[in-house]
Amino acid sequence: MSVNLSKGQGVSLQKADGGSLSAVRMGLGWKSAPRRGLFRSRTKEIDLDASAVLYADGQPIDDVWFNHLVSNDGSVRHTGDNLVGGAGTGGDDETILVDLERVPVHIDQIVFTVNSFSGQTFAEVSNAFCRLIDDTTGQELARYTLDGGGPYTAQIMAKVHRVGAGWQMTALGLPSNGRTIQDLYPVIATVL
Amino acid sequence: MTAELVRGQNHPLTTSRLEIRVSAGGPVVVAAALGGPDGRVPGPEHVVHPGAPRVPGVTVAGTAEAGRVGVELDALPEAVHRISVLLALPPDGRGPARFGAAAAPFLALAGAAGEEIAGFTVTGLDAETALVALELYRRRGAWRVRAVGQGYADGLPALFRDLGLEAAAELAALVAAAAASPAADFVLAPPRPSHRGAGGGRHTAAGERPEEPPEDRAAHRALAPAAPRAAGGTRVDYRHPARHTPPPPPVPAPPPAAPAAGDGAPAGPVAGDASGWTPEERLYNQVWGMFEDLARSAAAYRSAVGFAESRLERELDAHLADPATRVGPAADAARAAARARRDGLVDRARAVLDRDLAQLTAEAEVVEHALPPAFARWDSPVWHGYQAPLETPLALRLGDLHLPERRGLRIPMLVRLPLERGLWVDCGRATGSGTGRADPAELRRLAMDCAVAHAARLLAVHPVGDYSVHVIDPAGSAGAALAPLLECGALSRPPAAGAQGVATVLTELTRRVDLVQMAVRSGAADALPPDIDTAEQLLIVNDFPHGFDDRAVNRLRYLADEGPSVGVHLMMVADREDARGFGPLLDPLWRSLLRVTPVPDDHLADPWVHHAWTYEPSLAPAGSDVVRRVLWQVGQARRAYGR
Repeated sequence: MSVNLSKGQGVSLQKADGGSLSAVRMGLGWKSAPRRGLFRSRTKEIDLDASAVLYADGQPIDDVWFNHLVSNDGSVRHTGDNLVGGAGTGGDDETILVDLERVPVHIDQIVFTVNSFSGQTFAEVSNAFCRLIDDTTGQELARYTLDGGGPYTAQIMAKVHRVGAGWQMTALGLPSNGRTIQDLYPVIATVL
Repeated sequence: MTAELVRGQNHPLTTSRLEIRVSAGGPVVVAAALGGPDGRVPGPEHVVHPGAPRVPGVTVAGTAEAGRVGVELDALPEAVHRISVLLALPPDGRGPARFGAAAAPFLALAGAAGEEIAGFTVTGLDAETALVALELYRRRGAWRVRAVGQGYADGLPALFRDLGLEAAAELAALVAAAAASPAADFVLAPPRPSHRGAGGGRHTAAGERPEEPPEDRAAHRALAPAAPRAAGGTRVDYRHPARHTPPPPPVPAPPPAAPAAGDGAPAGPVAGDASGWTPEERLYNQVWGMFEDLARSAAAYRSAVGFAESRLERELDAHLADPATRVGPAADAARAAARARRDGLVDRARAVLDRDLAQLTAEAEVVEHALPPAFARWDSPVWHGYQAPLETPLALRLGDLHLPERRGLRIPMLVRLPLERGLWVDCGRATGSGTGRADPAELRRLAMDCAVAHAARLLAVHPVGDYSVHVIDPAGSAGAALAPLLECGALSRPPAAGAQGVATVLTELTRRVDLVQMAVRSGAADALPPDIDTAEQLLIVNDFPHGFDDRAVNRLRYLADEGPSVGVHLMMVADREDARGFGPLLDPLWRSLLRVTPVPDDHLADPWVHHAWTYEPSLAPAGSDVVRRVLWQVGQARRAYGR
């Protein structure tokens, strides 16, 4: 049951019983490039990367990406870099787990992004998607289809931010360009 | 699949018909108490014992060969939430006077078909005469078993009182009388040597000399593992090696009533609550898990506090920058509001940190008592029951680590064995913000004590003959500190003195490294000359570089680089300043060694967020002779082996 959010739409991460979400997971999946010639090593692999940035009051405090897999406080964990993609049948190839109960008190926003490290634009990648999942129930909260997403190499996908005692998710879906998360900071600053 | 439980660990039960078989190193009375939801036993009719061996769902039986408790969980009344399995020594003197004087009791939990579900050896007992060994308890509708091992030196009356029974003394007398009557046959005779359980071999000796003084008993225990080789194989230790190391003291285990509150609520911390193949590995992983959790919780707190301070500064600056708002009551109010915001955030961060620290402290408390000797503090009671191990442990405790946020929360610093790098006990001036102890002579003495404590621990946790220690003490200045090592015969030869002695020891160890390396590379380990000692070697170097010429220094560097992979380890007790004359030549040596200090010092970083952790060496408490006693036992065991 997937909710396709339009840009800027907010979803409160409240469960039906009123309790707020305790853990969310960002999943990113794409189909690996078709094998080229006799030698697998000549295939122009597609390397997409999922990242998350933790903000306090508009300032980046910590980031989680393939070179820094766990935030210093341990609340956000990247399960590891995938350099080539998967079968393209809907499984996640990269995952970031967020334990919202352990996020430090001063962090008020967490932004999720996707970059194309190997430089292909989303127009050249097939079956690419990213999604946010309630990790306790497995329910999909938001999904973006990236392929056919135009001549962009990055997307700022969504942010999860504090509202009162709980958390709310806002879909951003903002296309951008950049090789790694560092290239995206100026763009992210516009949507905080 | 059989689970070897450690004290405090629990295990799910899937079958409703169970049998608990008890074996101990002497006659033992087996009983069971049925508790309600609050953990209290409502009355004496809820205690199943030899005088009243049957209630619905629970039977207690025993023959001269084996005692057992039969449980049918489905047949139990709804009101029963907990079954405590009790062991007591018969008071009539037929057996040992205390549990510590016989082999550790072993309980095997088996299903209806006889398949074994779990086993628990109640170790670490001393003056106790009664104990709660196991508990079966209801948790969210399902039954689980928990290894308790809570002993009572005052015997059954104290135990019954703790269970909430009012007429505890009378009931205890009744049980004792029933146990003593010749008709009753539930008092366990010692198991036969072939019986699986608490050391089929050792009870024989314990039975022959039940009144052994503790020292003799300790010596006997140290010798026990040697017996198969030394005494012609009559005493074989059948115990599972994984059950060999475990734990702890009869000290502050929770009173039996306390866990009752846990039913339905989140369970308290449990020792061994991590993944791993053996209890030891589970404890090791748990300690490292606590280490990481503490590092990350502190990182979250520090990050929040740092952010609060910088935001306050920014806001105060903003008010100052605008002349219109710089002075006046409005400005004061704005500044007060900014400070309040800072305080609010810091308070919230502190509350989260306190919650985390409370949980970790509770866990550390439980884990500390379950640690085997290699992981335990010197003041841990496991050292009193020390016996030479049969297997090299996974890791070794070098000391404790703590953060300034909570000085009382100590994380054991465990390093894997065999040591991957040498140790450097730094007797120089503390470089971190640790206590700047002024007296260099005092520091040197402390450093040598530390080195001896580390060496004693290494000797004690390795199987007899698998570890030998060499000492280079060129000026003979560490004689007093080395005395325990020398007296016990743990050193294969006296400390090397003078330049000649230094050269001899280094030459010999270098030759060993070369030959073993060659043998390993060519896969010809059996071609080593017979005079090569294949045990792991530890070289303690005191007073470096006194007595070292250039050639000896090069040999030492070679040993530091090449030794660890072939079992030659270095422990330097040195002040880097003393060796300044060698210039940058020695920098790689110092860098390759793991630096520890004789006094608390914050120079160690964790691998996750690189906090500076204060290291405190693992030393015996003042006035305690535990190191000397353990070394003496090591020496006894070595002599028994003829090594």
